[in-house]
Amino acid sequence: MTSLRIFFVGGQMTYRALFYWLTPQIYIPSLIVAPIFQILLFADIGRSAGLESDEFYVIGNAIQYAAIPCLFAMTHLIAGERFQQTLGYILITPAKRLPLFVGRSLPVVTNGFFVAAFALVVGGAIVGMEVPAGAWAPIALATAVSAFSCTGLGLVNAGLGFIVRETSVLSNIIFGLLLVFTGANVPVDDLPRWMQIVSEGMPFTHGIEAVRRLVAGGALSDVWGLIGVEALIGVLYGAGGYALIRAMEVIGRRHATLERA
Amino acid sequence: MARLLAIGWLFHLKNLTNSLFFVLISVLQPVIFATIAFFMFDAGRRSGGLLYAALGAGLMGIWSSTLFGSGGAIQWQRWQGTLEVIVAAPARFLWVMLPLTVSTASIGLYSIVATLFWGRVFFGVPLEFEHPWLFALALPVTVLSLGLLGLVLASTFVLYRQASAFSNLLEYPIWLVTGLLVPLSLLPGWVEPLSWVLAPTWGMEAVRNAALGGEVWPGIGMCVLLGTIYLALGALFMQNFERLARQRATLSLT
Repeated sequence: MTSLRIFFVGGQMTYRALFYWLTPQIYIPSLIVAPIFQILLFADIGRSAGLESDEFYVIGNAIQYAAIPCLFAMTHLIAGERFQQTLGYILITPAKRLPLFVGRSLPVVTNGFFVAAFALVVGGAIVGMEVPAGAWAPIALATAVSAFSCTGLGLVNAGLGFIVRETSVLSNIIFGLLLVFTGANVPVDDLPRWMQIVSEGMPFTHGIEAVRRLVAGGALSDVWGLIGVEALIGVLYGAGGYALIRAMEVIGRRHATLERA
Repeated sequence: MARLLAIGWLFHLKNLTNSLFFVLISVLQPVIFATIAFFMFDAGRRSGGLLYAALGAGLMGIWSSTLFGSGGAIQWQRWQGTLEVIVAAPARFLWVMLPLTVSTASIGLYSIVATLFWGRVFFGVPLEFEHPWLFALALPVTVLSLGLLGLVLASTFVLYRQASAFSNLLEYPIWLVTGLLVPLSLLPGWVEPLSWVLAPTWGMEAVRNAALGGEVWPGIGMCVLLGTIYLALGALFMQNFERLARQRATLSLT
């Protein structure tokens, strides 16, 4: 019961406490408007290059933009605690670490889903994307799973936040790599072979492909495999990230370096 | 004054080079965008697009470093506790801030070098410029005009408490409306007049024409003209900022 409370209530409280600065004046430009312009930029580059349809870029960039809230927020869960000098207090509590850290990811997934869904709907409306009425629910599922899998990667990022001082730089680098590797803007088949292999293990690759197939008229049963792989990637990254956080905590205690990145 | 500008520019250039954030914005981000553009143009079989993309991505980096560096210039001085010292110095506030904003644009030169190097080594982009000397002239003129635009950003963004969010908001739209990676002819007609008052549009035209062929001087001329206007506006806004801050005793307040 205590663990459940830490997971749900603690996770939500922590999110509100660490992101007190995320006011509408910051949220709207950064997470509502910016993805729309990212979509428009790549859609226009795509037109200029004569490569893919506008829908291709709307879907790819809308889903991929979930990386901003997912990566940055998860990293801030460690870096923000350290900045506020509360990391030590968190780590001396007897609370179980699994609900403590994983519970913090639930609001992040929700926010990532909202950001991607909003960009998908508005970006789609701007370019006139037609979505079959029955596809919206499966698209929402694929989008939510994509946000989940990227949050898993964000947990790895959070673990690295114990030893990397410039966490926002690290998140920006990962964001850029996701933009290149996940097929958001370049069809995965057009990438070199080694990049195709890497993209298979990246969050978003399968989620984006699933949404594209759903918009093209595919049924949920056609994309279960893709959504399942996307979820599995999220679980693997999440487990790896959790293990990394625990390892970093032990190292931090041993060398007294918790407050020093 | 020339000494003040030169030393200030060099100092801030060295200072910004030590920032991992700026190195990322100037080198890695343009390289990532250039990579995507290379793949897209290559897969789309667009002929002659790779050098076009490399230069466009490089200019994108110059804009980003100007936007984030200049947009937050006064705020950073405030956080570091140096704003009062700068305002109290005998030199005019404008001449102390100008080298800072020009240096934020100058650090974007790393972007051009990075995207051209990346394109040449990994994508075989031919580095054969039609007018190499004009290219060597167009580039610093473009950087200077962006630095002067940065002066306007610095003096106006300071009025907005969430300047960094505002910077996030302006990055993609300016990349788009100034035609850095997309020809302006592909955009709606109402975008074009907007692009005329933005130095990156003309800088891009000058740099691209110098590299790929075409008229270079009109672009250079427009950069000089717009730069002069930006300087006048920046001076006016800086003076206004300093006057209000002194009157209301709000210099160190965020």
